[in-house]
Formats: sequence, C-alpha cells, structure tokens
Amino acid sequence: MSGTSFDTVREAVAPPAGGRDLGRRGFIKGGVALAAGAAVSLKLRLDAVAAEPAYKMDDHWWAFAIDTTKCIGCGSCVRACKAENDVPDGCFRTWVERYTITRDPKLHVQTEAEKTSAAWALGGLQKVTVDCPNGALDGFPTEAPVEDAKTIEKAFFVPKICNHCATSPCVQVCPVGASYLSPDGLVLIDREVCVGCGYCVQACPYGTRYIHPVHGYADKCTMCYHRISKGLKTACVEACPVGARAFGNLKDPKSKIRQLLGTSRFKLLRPELGTNPKCFYIGLDEEVR
Amino acid sequence: MHGSDVIEGLTGFVFPNEVHVHWTVMIVLYPYITGLVAGAFIVASLYHLFGRHELKPVARFALVASFVFLLFAPLPLLNHLGIPERAFNIMIIPNPSSAMAGFGFIYTLYLIIVGIEVWFSLREDLVARARSTTGLKQLIFKALCLFDLTVDEKTHKVDHRVVSFFAAVGIPGACFLHGYVGFLFGAIKANPWWSTPLMFIIFLLSAIVSGISVLIFLYFFISRLRKVEVDPACVKTLANFLWGFMILDVALELLQEMSIAYEQTREWEALSILISQKLHMTYTVLQLGLFSLVPFFLLGINAVARLPRRVSHLFTFLSAIMLLAQVLLMRWNVVIGGQLMSRSFRGYTSYTPGLLDKEGLIVALVIFTVPFLLLRLIDQVVNLFPPDSAIGRWRTDKPPISSSSAS
Repeated sequence: MSGTSFDTVREAVAPPAGGRDLGRRGFIKGGVALAAGAAVSLKLRLDAVAAEPAYKMDDHWWAFAIDTTKCIGCGSCVRACKAENDVPDGCFRTWVERYTITRDPKLHVQTEAEKTSAAWALGGLQKVTVDCPNGALDGFPTEAPVEDAKTIEKAFFVPKICNHCATSPCVQVCPVGASYLSPDGLVLIDREVCVGCGYCVQACPYGTRYIHPVHGYADKCTMCYHRISKGLKTACVEACPVGARAFGNLKDPKSKIRQLLGTSRFKLLRPELGTNPKCFYIGLDEEVR
Repeated sequence: MHGSDVIEGLTGFVFPNEVHVHWTVMIVLYPYITGLVAGAFIVASLYHLFGRHELKPVARFALVASFVFLLFAPLPLLNHLGIPERAFNIMIIPNPSSAMAGFGFIYTLYLIIVGIEVWFSLREDLVARARSTTGLKQLIFKALCLFDLTVDEKTHKVDHRVVSFFAAVGIPGACFLHGYVGFLFGAIKANPWWSTPLMFIIFLLSAIVSGISVLIFLYFFISRLRKVEVDPACVKTLANFLWGFMILDVALELLQEMSIAYEQTREWEALSILISQKLHMTYTVLQLGLFSLVPFFLLGINAVARLPRRVSHLFTFLSAIMLLAQVLLMRWNVVIGGQLMSRSFRGYTSYTPGLLDKEGLIVALVIFTVPFLLLRLIDQVVNLFPPDSAIGRWRTDKPPISSSSAS
C-alpha cells in the first residue's frame, strides 16, 4: 500500500552515494553515525506511516473519469505524471490525443467505395487525423495537423490512462501473477515478481503498458496509488487546469466521481472486449478507440 | 501527420507506447524452433509408431534433432525477458489464468518424454561406445549408460517397447507444445491479427511442415558431405508428407484471411492495409506467393509424375528450403506483423532488427546455429543413422572424427 514509504525507508538506510577512502577509525565512526541516522530516520518514517489515517482497501473501489469536452491539450497532466512517477523518456503512463475531423468540400465526387464506408454513413466524407506528439508532453503545436484548416469540422482532445479494468486482460495473461487487481480496484504490478515477458503489453487493448527500458519490468499508471491511499489527488488530476480529470471511490456515494457519473452520460473505451474498464469518458466521440 | 513527422517509420497514429515493437526477432525464433521440434518428432513417430518403415533412415536422426532443438527452444525467450534471472518464477508462482504460465510445465514434461525416448533409442550405441573406449571417455559413456552395460535380447525388446511407448505419448505432447504456442497468440483479443481460434492449428501444421523440411534439408546436406546416396523411398515419403501438410497449412491460412476479409469488420479496414502494405513483401509475395506456390507445384509434380530421380530429389530439396523460409516468414508475419498495427487501428509502426543488438540478428543466428552444432557433436559420438543404410555405413567405413565434414 505504501510503496513510496518503504522506498523512502530503503533510501534512508542506504549508504551515501560515491565512496571515499576512509581510514579504519573514520569508517567505524561513519558507520556508527550512519546506522544511528538511519535508525532515527527509520523510526520517524515508521511513526509517520503509523500516524496516517488508516486506509482500508475494502472500503474503496477506485475509478477514473475524463471529461473530454473540457480538455485543452496543454499536456500538464503528462508532465506531472512523468515528474511524479519518474516515467522514462519515450514511455507514457498517460498521454493526450488530438482528434481533428475534416469534411471533404467536394462532397459530390465520391467514389463508389467511399459511399459504402463508415465515413459516408456518418453523413459525408469524414477524415479523422489523430496526433499525439511525444505523448503531448509539451502540449500540441498551434497549427492544425491537416493541410487545409478550413475543412476542419471539429477537433477535440482525449486524455488516456490505464483503464484499471475490472476484468483486465493484462492480469489474466500475466504468467507469474505480477499484474493483479487490488482489492480496492486498481490494476497494479508487483515489480519484485515481474519477469518482463511483455505478454501484458500485448494483451492490453489500450496500449497503456510498456517495459521499463532500464529495469526490465512492466510498468504503467498506478492511479498514483501512493498518493490516493493517503488521501491525496493523483498527480494528473492535481495538475489539470480545467478539471478534465477526476477520480474517486465508487463505494462512497458522496464521492465526486459518483456524483459526476450520476449526472453525466459516459462511454467506455472498447467495451466490446469485455474488459470492464473503470475509466469513464464523458463526451466521448465515436471515433475514439 | 505529426506522429509520422516526429518518429521515422510511423504512419498514421499509433499509441505512444506502441512505437517500439516489444516482441522482437527472438519471439519469431522461439515458435520457429519449437516448430522444428514438433515436426521432427512427428516424423520420428511416423516410423516408430505408425510403421512407416521407409522413414527408417531418418527416424532416429529426427528424434535426436527434435531433442536438440527442444533444448534450445527457450533460449530466445530467456534472452528476451526483461528480467531473465526471474525466469523460474513462471514455474514457482504460475498464474493459473495465464495462457503463458503453462509453458514451463508443458515444456519440461515434453523435454522429459523426448529425453527418455532419445536415451532408450541411443542406449545400445552408448553401451558399445563405453565398451570400446578407455579412461575418462569410458567413464563418461558408462555414466551416460547409468553404469549398466547389459545388452541382450531382453534389453533390446525393452528398449524398443519404451521407445514406442514414448513415441505414442510424445505425439499428443508435440501437438500440445506447439498448438499451445499458437494459442498464446490466438488468445490475445486485443490484437485482431492474432485473435483467432484457428491460430493453434495453423501453428501446428506449419510446425510439421518446417520439421519435415529441416529433416529433408539435413538428410540431403549430410549425405552430400559424406558423398553417399540418399534413400529414394525415404525421400519420396517425406516429400509426400510435406506436400500434404503444406496444403493443409496454406489452405487454413488462406481460409482464415478470406473469412476476416469477407466479414468486413471494423478491424478489417486496418488489417487490409497491414496485409497489402506493411506485410506486402513478407506475407503476400513471399509467404503465400513464392514460397508456398512453388513448393506446392514442385512437390505436387513430384508426387504424381514419374520424374527422373535426380529431378525428383532436386524438387524435394528446393521445396524443403523454400518451406523452411515460408514457415520462418509465417512466424515473422504473425509475431512482428501483429505488432506493426496500432491497437488504435489508425496507424502502423515499423521494425527492423538490429545487427548487434542484444535481441539482434547476430544473436538470433547464433541461437539458431547452436542446435545444429550440438547435433553434429552427438553425431560424432553415436551413429544417428542406421548402420545398414548408406548414410549410416559411412560411419563404419570411416573413423568418426576424420574429415572436415560438418552436419
């Protein structure tokens, strides 16, 4: 539960980086000082953990909501996530996609093939352009991603994260049980167990997983478990300037997410796969997958 | 589009974590090697169990080849794992819901079955070597014989019965091992290029095709090195089996593609581009075109027409080489092809294996070559071909470690 706490304990007792050539006396002195410091630090840390209000897994069932009508594509969430979770370059726990939908002005010259396409069924030739430069880490360029901006019918942003599916294919396929659904509804990865086979990366229909390029284990969004289990917000929710992201406890009728989902119409990503995702999208366009 | 502007090799939109292909050429090699295992084992069993006596010249060789390939099958997997030192987690703490978790057990079980069968089929030769050598060598051979050098009518019968028993047990084992590899891919619902119940049957049939092909190739190759004639009846039987299995294999693949094309689902739009553009050369032109059509006709003509022996053998040899390439391409098109298409169905990434990378081409080549070298080593110790065949007599005519020949 408190992965960060234990990590901090580990860091606290770890020897300082960069060795020096110490004499025997210096070594002993240093060792005693370090041990004493570590003990105090450990004690303080454990006290701090113990002092936190008791978090009961069974009282929680976490879920996420994204209001795509609010997102402005600034990329603050991506940057916050990267900073909070030390996400390696080129890998993404969250990202933002930009959809630009254009309508061909030459509506009367379709070919027979185009007439039978889904775009035609939607009332005209519709071309969808999706871009996501570097996961939107630096937001989006101001110019339109299409040749003729006048043809743009509509455009919108869609943030993506791990869907924390209730019947998650990544949990199903993990050969060693390193990926698991926690009792409070989050799909998490035990880094001490994962073998880095990448089967979960293949099984996730949403492309939310990656193999950590340095450590070799599978990695993805944890919904900032180390924060939310202490009553804090996730980094991305904290950073979003327009409130496009929300999370909360579905078991709590007064939670923000319950109120949001109770008053909005939402959709899920690829529900036909039966993964029962717990990331609810408000205002999701048909074109988003 | 920006996606394609930013990173070379991308077309359309791919999810940012999909830019790099996770399962590399190592995962192409793994089903390829297990396919050789299953195919070679089935040839051995055709002789040992189903009484195809014309396969006798290659039966024992097939069995040992199967065992040797089996030993090296997990190597590309190990090399691919992000944390290989935890590989045994898969057997210590297996997740029962995972299709992959069974690998360790199925593999080990099959290794034991084939290992026992190989040992019983080589026992008499090992005893002979233990009797004809001295010193440390003798000790090693005695240990390999488990310090029992009895060979008589009774042990001969027992050895034969044990081999037959394990040949019988091994057939479902081989089918299971390789069908299971296909299932690993077929069970991934996120990937429409993989997700089909036919996947395990296609893998199994292509395994048999590659296994027979590698045996034909090695049989010709070794016979050529030893300057002896191949056994025409044996080659003819192998060629006919190869023809039959390749027809089933290719037909199933075509049926599979036809059915998804005809269904015209939402995914087909993206899959059709994958097939017609990204995999145009490796799938359409080479796998289903050149390397399927040509062997089909060559083996077909060979099966129905009375060709001069040299022509017949040439057709068989060429077909075997082409089908080896065909199955390798099939593995590539499944494993790599399935990862080229984004799960957004809006774009494609690309993949070219590096030469010197940890999971690059040189390492792949080394991993693939080692089983052949081990096979050569075993061939120096015991005769892998029956002494009453032309290729086996070469052993008795010449001392084992004499020339520069290599198998």
